[in-house]
Amino acid sequence: MSKLRLATTWLDGCSGCHMSLLDMDERLIVLAEKVDLLYGPLVDFKKIPKDLDIVLIEGAVSSEDDLKKVRKLRKRSKILVALGDCAVTANVPAMRNSFGVDSVLDRAYKENAALNPGVPDEIIPALLPHARPVREIVPVDVFVPGCPPPADVIFYTLCELVEGRIPDLSEQTRFGK
Amino acid sequence: MSSQVRILTFKIDDRDVSAREGETILEVARENGIYIPTLCHLEGLSSTGACRLCIVEIAGRPKLFPACVTRAEEGIQVITQSERLTKYRRVILELIFSERNHVCSVCVSNGHCELQNLAQKLGMSHIHMRYRFPSLNVDASHDRFIMDHNRCILCTRCIRVCDEIEGAHTWDLMGRGVDARIISDLDQPWGESETCTGCGKCVHVCPTGALVEKGKSASEMAKRQQFLPYLTLMREEKE
Repeated sequence: MSKLRLATTWLDGCSGCHMSLLDMDERLIVLAEKVDLLYGPLVDFKKIPKDLDIVLIEGAVSSEDDLKKVRKLRKRSKILVALGDCAVTANVPAMRNSFGVDSVLDRAYKENAALNPGVPDEIIPALLPHARPVREIVPVDVFVPGCPPPADVIFYTLCELVEGRIPDLSEQTRFGK
Repeated sequence: MSSQVRILTFKIDDRDVSAREGETILEVARENGIYIPTLCHLEGLSSTGACRLCIVEIAGRPKLFPACVTRAEEGIQVITQSERLTKYRRVILELIFSERNHVCSVCVSNGHCELQNLAQKLGMSHIHMRYRFPSLNVDASHDRFIMDHNRCILCTRCIRVCDEIEGAHTWDLMGRGVDARIISDLDQPWGESETCTGCGKCVHVCPTGALVEKGKSASEMAKRQQFLPYLTLMREEKE
């Protein structure tokens, strides 16, 4: 059997879900026999590959760049997993939503800036009006709540997906876990 | 007063059960170890049917009945678990999550929250509607407690415990529908309330992180509700 093609991405989140992924420790070796990790913050490759089997999305959809990435990954993957509370509910990134983009940027880049106060207008992608859960942008196949989801849950999820099953995670994780 | 209590017999999930006249379906179910999910209900307080999670079916009647405020009747057949009920309960929970800002991961009640536990118990991994992300206040004007409207689900337990057990009636409800919210006195800051005795009962009956003690960090706010049945029992004995 050829290996499944796996990608991960890190949108508006803290990278905790990827840290939890690494916390699988030696089980990463077990997984490496079944999947090839082709794209994401843990891989050097910069372009999103085609014909992916599984994509893990960490983070809420919060910027123009997030929007492009999540749409492209959805198009190129069979199974899309919302990994962690930010991808599932928008979680902490959504705490900016009720304030509006301008006041959030002013607070971060002007009011609290000691040097060169000013909102950056190049390189950094523009923020969307709201940070949104992935499901509101593209269809999601598997939801893995948790902040972050424990390594055991990520391992179980990936093992089930590799076997062609959609895992039932209600016993193992929840919002805020 | 007659000491004769009428006993009713009926069925819950095909099990024969009996009730004293006036008992609710929820009370009878609990006496018989039959699980019906609840959120606004709390033993020791009056029932109000605010959350509707305890809805059940009664065979032959088209509408759904909240078990906490529906009295047992002779001969009825109650159904507590069905595809239809699961669907409605899920939608109710999802609407509660979408209505305000429930950020479990950073909430002081994370891991001790009845809403969060219920979501897991009913297998809710995400919600199907859009989140509203409303702009809501946090009232930290009280010396020892905080009211965070972001986490409030309008179960009205705080109102009932303050009125029925403490006798202060500091809390009440203002506004309608999506604008409804809990207020202290005449919508004044909690810290300026003239009626609040500072007893903290509202904090401990609150199912979520809406009413909490000051100085708690994420996941630290465990509630203690044991006092309520104890207080109710002591008072009944006195009567």
